[in-house]
Amino acid sequence: MNWMSTRIAPTLVLACFAGGAVAQDATGAGATFPAPVYAKWADAYNKATGAKINYQSVGSGAGIKQITSKTVDFGASDMPLSDEELAKNGLIQFPTVIGGVVPVVNIQGIKPGQIKLTGALLGDIYLGKITKWNDAALVAANPGVPLPDAAISVVRRADGSGTSFIFTNYLSKVNPEWKAKVGEGTAVNWPTGAGGKGNEGVSAFVQRLPNSIGYVEYAYAKQNKMTFTLLKNQAGNFVTPDDENFKAAAAGADWARTFYQVLTEQPGQDTWPISGATFIMMHKVQDKPAQASSALKFFEWAFNNGDKMAGELEYVPLPASLKTMVRKQWAEVKDGSGKTVSIN
Amino acid sequence: MTATLPATHPLQESPMDRVGSSNNPPPRRRQAPWADAVFAVLAHGAAWLTLALLAGIIGSLVVGAAPAIKEYGLEFLIRREWDPVQNRYGGLVMIYGTLMTSFIALLIAVPVSFGIALFLTELSPGWLKRPLGTAIELLAAIPSIVYGMWGLLVFGPILSTFVQQPLQKAFSGVPLLGTLVSGPPVGIGILSAGIILAIMVIPFIAAVMRDVFEVTPPMLKESAYALGSTTWEVVYRVVLPYTKTGVIGGIMLGLGRALGETMAVTFVIGNFNQLDSLSLFQAANSITSALANEFAEAGEGLHQASLIYLGLILFFITFVVLSMSKLLLARLQRNEGTRA
Repeated sequence: MNWMSTRIAPTLVLACFAGGAVAQDATGAGATFPAPVYAKWADAYNKATGAKINYQSVGSGAGIKQITSKTVDFGASDMPLSDEELAKNGLIQFPTVIGGVVPVVNIQGIKPGQIKLTGALLGDIYLGKITKWNDAALVAANPGVPLPDAAISVVRRADGSGTSFIFTNYLSKVNPEWKAKVGEGTAVNWPTGAGGKGNEGVSAFVQRLPNSIGYVEYAYAKQNKMTFTLLKNQAGNFVTPDDENFKAAAAGADWARTFYQVLTEQPGQDTWPISGATFIMMHKVQDKPAQASSALKFFEWAFNNGDKMAGELEYVPLPASLKTMVRKQWAEVKDGSGKTVSIN
Repeated sequence: MTATLPATHPLQESPMDRVGSSNNPPPRRRQAPWADAVFAVLAHGAAWLTLALLAGIIGSLVVGAAPAIKEYGLEFLIRREWDPVQNRYGGLVMIYGTLMTSFIALLIAVPVSFGIALFLTELSPGWLKRPLGTAIELLAAIPSIVYGMWGLLVFGPILSTFVQQPLQKAFSGVPLLGTLVSGPPVGIGILSAGIILAIMVIPFIAAVMRDVFEVTPPMLKESAYALGSTTWEVVYRVVLPYTKTGVIGGIMLGLGRALGETMAVTFVIGNFNQLDSLSLFQAANSITSALANEFAEAGEGLHQASLIYLGLILFFITFVVLSMSKLLLARLQRNEGTRA
């Protein structure tokens, strides 16, 4: 047995180190919304190239904090940073996937897509102004729909979240009273409603409480087969939430000017009004160019090979033209000496 | 033939023989003369380290909360709003939630635990003691997040259908009780969190009470029985006064757990940063729940400082509760030996 331990064990140990030395690892942290797709991409990327990408889903705000303090190689956030903030911290940001936030209800006898809401009505519900399902305004917008004479149980996010940011941004655009009283952000002073933790918490609350309304990312609504509502978009049409309508919202945005785009209330016939992209932030000047190169290689691989996986998880991959713009932006990531970090 | 032991058998020898003829005690073996000193240093060090950690934690909490303390001072304790967008914070909602849920938890847990301890020590048949004791201790081993999930998915609907809605119908017009039960009867809120906390806290208090009840000297109890006391009188006038330090210690242990419990509370309390009514059915927020939900995402500056200030306040509440328990014990001990 002695020769085994003197030969086999060290060989195994060396093999582990050898495997690790080939590919560089990268770490990122941030939004919970894209966590499933990043995990799937990282797993497939590891199988394809051997490099390991670690992603911690701690929330958009925490992700931004971690990238500005350089504890991770890339940060992820559903809330884009403004151009001034990017410049102040020396960051670039680019979108990776697009999704939508969907209002869901739990009313007995109501099927998905049966209730029609406008932004103003949704805002009033969340302001606490409309308190019953058979309120005159709701009945007028939904003729023939059997809305019960019951109090609305409002559900929203308890934790700070990019999903909340997209939702409150939309409400600020379509409901002036919401904009004045509450505003937008990852965490706001919600006038009413019970708070669930994460998209999972909100789905659990809505599924459990009768006559409730909440908002979740599209993936959660679809996988839990929840009852979503239709929303009126800027063009005046009542649209259903699905991939095509999120894509339409992304197409309308002016990505060439800046990547700081919040895709709510976008023009277009079929756009879903509460769409949003999720963003990655990286430093422009890299202290660790090898890690940055590794991260960018991962995203390049994901752009080329990850569309199908994203689609399976109910995310909308970026259109090809947007991907080209993003690749141009990657050229701005340089190491200390001014040389662009390599992606090949 | 007499059987005698040989002269050199150990039983024949006396200890004096073995050490030589000088009759001095054997020299003391000093294998590690520094061992005592090292042990003393380690023991002192452990004690001082604990104190230093405590001071360090308080210090870092105060430093972290400094912006909020400078901004609001003690007014933070009575301000109601919590608005991250406009950067205005106040701790009243969370403090109220923490205190109210802990109060409800103790209100339910102390009598129940007392009953359990009493049953286990005085009334239960022998074959039931061990299984019942183990079952109670198993309750304590359930992780708190499991309690939260159970509360949200199972207990909430049951509470809503069988307790909250009937109570609301029964008390709808009554002046004070009506307000207490006026909120949305959906199984989420202060009452729900309080009851789940009670279930979590019962094993701790019951275990401590049972242990101290068991070590009451049987002589005291038997003397009381011999004088004709009922079981209740023995427990109330002999066992409880004897064990009051342990009982109050157990209650404080439970209260400490209730005050600091995070995951179970955050699932069922509703995370609602408003304080509009006194209703027990209303969703609310507690200090630990607010910290768990908002700290990771809180922006640097007033939001984070306010959350740390809340943590400092919780620390202070625990400290106050502990001091009050010591005062209570001191007062009770002063009355020892006096006539009732």
